[in-house]
Amino acid sequence: MSDMPVSNRVRKVVKESEEVRTIFLEDNVPGAIPGQFVMVWLPGVDEKPYALSYMDGEAAVTVQRRGKFTDEIFKLKKGDYIGVGGPYGNGFDVDVCKRPCIIAGGIGIAPLAPLAEKLARKKPIIIMGAATKEKLIFRERMEKVCKVEHTTDDGSCGRKCFASDILEEVIEKCRVDVVYGCGPEMMLKRVFEICRKNRVECQLSLERYMHCGLGVCGSCAVDGYRVCVDGPVFSSKQLSRMSEFGRFARLKYGKKVGLSEYYAWRE
Amino acid sequence: MRNPTVLSSGFLGVNVEMLKRVVQEGAGAVTFKSIGPKVKSGHRNPTVLAYEWGMINAVGLPSPGYKDMEGELARMKEVGAPVFVSIYGASVEEFREVAEAVAGYNPAVIELNVSCPNTKAEGMVFGCSEKHSAEVVAAVKDVAGKVPVMPKLTSQALDVGRVAKACEEAGADAIAAINTVGPGMLINIEAKKPVLDYKRGGISGPAIRPIAVRCVYDIYEVVDIPILGIGGVTEGRDVIELMQAGATAVGIGSGIYYRGIDVFKKVCEEMKIWMKENGYKDVKKLIGVAHE
Ligand SMILES: Cc1cc2nc3c(=O)[nH]c(=O)nc-3n(C[C@H](O)[C@H](O)[C@H](O)COP(=O)(O)O)c2cc1C
Ligand code: FES
Repeated sequence: MSDMPVSNRVRKVVKESEEVRTIFLEDNVPGAIPGQFVMVWLPGVDEKPYALSYMDGEAAVTVQRRGKFTDEIFKLKKGDYIGVGGPYGNGFDVDVCKRPCIIAGGIGIAPLAPLAEKLARKKPIIIMGAATKEKLIFRERMEKVCKVEHTTDDGSCGRKCFASDILEEVIEKCRVDVVYGCGPEMMLKRVFEICRKNRVECQLSLERYMHCGLGVCGSCAVDGYRVCVDGPVFSSKQLSRMSEFGRFARLKYGKKVGLSEYYAWRE
Repeated sequence: MRNPTVLSSGFLGVNVEMLKRVVQEGAGAVTFKSIGPKVKSGHRNPTVLAYEWGMINAVGLPSPGYKDMEGELARMKEVGAPVFVSIYGASVEEFREVAEAVAGYNPAVIELNVSCPNTKAEGMVFGCSEKHSAEVVAAVKDVAGKVPVMPKLTSQALDVGRVAKACEEAGADAIAAINTVGPGMLINIEAKKPVLDYKRGGISGPAIRPIAVRCVYDIYEVVDIPILGIGGVTEGRDVIELMQAGATAVGIGSGIYYRGIDVFKKVCEEMKIWMKENGYKDVKKLIGVAHE
């Protein structure tokens, strides 16, 4: 067994929006399924987890600009070195659904886009939300696959509300049986509650700071679960057992803080 | 302890819920991740790697400091198995300060990390020297009250047996051995850079098992207090090997990577089978038999 960054190169960079880039890799990440992630290493800079936004022969990660590390990712161009470890984590379980709904908040669409493509035959409904129209990335990619409901905070595309505001309506109207979600954790918490109320299963992808990605260090803990190995995708049953979900996360040095402090630190 | 396996320090022990989980997965006792005197942010990633024969890490003892861990420490009883608390400091005074705060929560053991190779100021200097290790033990004993004190030693000491003996004489109630070995380094030859951001890291896992066995053997020869044997355990046979070398209980860390978080259950099952096949009823009968 060996787990460390594998040398790769950038095949191309696609600008999805002002603040988002997709980095396509020259070498594929074999065996990955939607919802799994890779550890991206920029030598001398840092290493962080990113969900695979493309797979099956054309692996890519989609990155939102945030801080020092992503500034460096934004400088990458074709042919540049990039270390890639993984794939890691469990990924979404696609066998359990008949009528899936996919709900994405902002960059949360990254792991959900390949999921939507994989589920295409089951005619999923996608709810994509973002602050503005410009920030609704993968819009065309998703519209090709299935029915898409858009929401924006400013009303520049689709309905002017949060993605989770229309979930209940979609669940009822389309007789959804499983909801797949990724996005800010406050949104996911609402998604979880709506699903519970409507007796619909959900599978939500969580995010925490990660050191090892290998299930040994505990930095990604949510209660007794490790986001890197037990997750990042968790079922309704697992989520219902988590007291920290939607409330607390840990900073790099292990301090437990409220979610808003965690997100402020991530920026 | 219901079985001789212990979750080693630095692995998963960030909160009570995770420790409870590890107990459910079969551990006989668990250890809180090393706690220091103040906030320490640890190193940048990559911090943990696995190569063919072992793991190498330079996490750098990240810790929120004991004050921010008090909420978790206060709930220790909920874990449902003995809880060890690992502490570190950059000076005898710091060890004393953290130990005093931690002892108030009455853990099963206070483990002294005098041996981490990944940080420059903390630890290493103490673990290599008989005198310094003994000073830390004496200072901590002074404030620990009834809580047993267990220094965790390093294979890097010239004579680990002598360090252990000095600790015993200073009042240590048990000895843990060993911490990670090295430091070592791995270079990514295409990037032409060390893979760990900190460049050097401590080696653990199967690669260091023979070193751990030798250290436990050496220590058993010279001390009378119990030994927690740590290093490279992934199977039941490895626990038995360390016990035959002299360990009373055995720490497991990297084994979580190799066998999964239920490594504790698996290892105990494998031990049971071996013991049955070899006519042992009581695990205690295994301790130190390789010396006879
Ligand atoms: C990622 C990682 C973090 C560790 N952190 C600590 C620590 O904080 N304190 C400590 O005393 N030992 C620490 N160790 C050392 C382990 O507790 C143990 O002594 C060593 O890994 C050998 O055991 P193993 O082969 O079962 O992993 C760490 C080891 C690893 C791999
Ligand atoms: S990142 Fe280390 S356990 Fe998940």
